[in-house]
Amino acid sequence: MRALPVLVAVVLAWELYARLSGIPPQILPAPSRIAVQAWLQREVLWQNTLPTIRATCLGFAFSTVLAFLLSVLLDFARPLRRALLPVFVISQTLPLVAIAPLVVLWFGFGLAPKILLVALVTFFPMLLALIEGYDSTEPEIEALLQSMGASRAKVFRLARLPSALPFFFNGLRISITYAVVAAIFAEYAGAVEGLGIFILNAKNNFRPDLVLAAVGISSALTLTLFALTRAVQRIVMPWAR
Amino acid sequence: MGALMLDVRDLSVTLGGRAVLDRLSLRVNKGEFVSILGPSGAGKSTLFRVLTGALRATGDIRMDGAPPRGQPFAFMPQRDALMPWRRMIDNVTLGLEVQGISRAEARARIAPMFAEFGLDGFQRHWPHQLSGGMRQRAALMRTVVQDKRMLLLDEPFGALDALTRAGMQRWLKDRWQAHRWTALLVTHDVREAVTLSDRIYVLSARPARVLHEFAVTGDLHRLETEILETLLEGDA
Ligand SMILES: Nc1ncnc2c1ncn2[C@@H]1O[C@H](COP(=O)(O)OP(=O)(O)OP(=O)(O)O)[C@@H](O)[C@H]1O
Ligand SMILES: [Mg+2]
Repeated sequence: MRALPVLVAVVLAWELYARLSGIPPQILPAPSRIAVQAWLQREVLWQNTLPTIRATCLGFAFSTVLAFLLSVLLDFARPLRRALLPVFVISQTLPLVAIAPLVVLWFGFGLAPKILLVALVTFFPMLLALIEGYDSTEPEIEALLQSMGASRAKVFRLARLPSALPFFFNGLRISITYAVVAAIFAEYAGAVEGLGIFILNAKNNFRPDLVLAAVGISSALTLTLFALTRAVQRIVMPWAR
Repeated sequence: MGALMLDVRDLSVTLGGRAVLDRLSLRVNKGEFVSILGPSGAGKSTLFRVLTGALRATGDIRMDGAPPRGQPFAFMPQRDALMPWRRMIDNVTLGLEVQGISRAEARARIAPMFAEFGLDGFQRHWPHQLSGGMRQRAALMRTVVQDKRMLLLDEPFGALDALTRAGMQRWLKDRWQAHRWTALLVTHDVREAVTLSDRIYVLSARPARVLHEFAVTGDLHRLETEILETLLEGDA
């Protein structure tokens, strides 16, 4: 909320500059023009926003489930963890610009390549957060549970998993800021609809106002998802309120 | 005083190439409250890790004359080790839950005890909402409700301010006189040991062995001085 006055100031300055500098709106559209054009095109924009939301959410859900399952496996199988983590680090070094067209080439223009790309980008931060979270468990708590006769599985469920929750939500928040961008990028690389396609078309038609309208929607999406993770965290971790 | 309960003989432990316990021997009788005093890093917590089965050692441990079967100890770790994500009541029932008792039954079983531990009305609080003394009492309650043969308390009041600490000691003494728990207590505080115990073992610096054993009788001030001197002189 503190960011609001700053945001308003930037938009105002932009509006003034666009109007007074004499730069044509085909190069630098004023915020007011973007808003008006976005409203006029609202149906097309909405039609293209829905597929992006779908790809983001499905890819993100897929990636979260996968990261969780794998983190559990790696917590119980230490040698596997040492063997696999470097592989996942490598997956993070792949440039999206190069990977996105390839994934589209392999999996076509449908939903699958988008889900895969979103997962590729968001998977590792979450996996790492979970693993670090498990390891953050207080040794005293583990010693206590062992003294009570708890099995390794019980120690995991009663201590390691809840200890990892704050870390997990941090990872979730970092990941989610990449997710929307990754989905748009995947569409840009090849799709029939979506914000990425909308941006591509607007650019080809020399409509920077519409490009920026789509950018605004993408930011709004990310912010919404970000706020959503906070809400979920409040419900899941009532003790941390 | 009851019959011999815990009999530890010639316990030795080496950790990372360093001897931590050196042929340590001690005994605890049924209904007895025994304290262990020793310098920091001597190996007191290590002794508890061996007793609870978390660590292997050479030597002999007997419980009622036989090698311990099952888990005869209820252990209270050095910090309170309350789980921040469990409400106070669910922290207290933890040991029962691990034993496979349902949450509802565990809650019912411990319900009458909150008043005695000064925790009534705070069942639904999160640990961070409790004061230091309350946290320690919750941790202690979590230990005794397990209904084991013997309590192992690792510096239960170590983190408390002097006033709260004195209050807790008095409170624990009353509780102990009412219940006659058998307990082994680790502490740094000579006065605490003298106030609470029937007997006191003073350990050497690492590797820990028993320097001296004191029975708590007679002039307690003089006893305190004697214990302090033993601790300060160490091996000299
Ligand atoms: N896993 C380990 N590997 C190597 N050394 C260890 C290990 N665990 C403990 N030690 C050493 O064993 C010694 C005894 O540790 P312990 O925790 O039992 O001491 P303590 O008497 O409980 O000390 P304090 O009063 O400070 O709690 C310490 O010097 C510690 O450095
Ligand atoms: Mg210790």
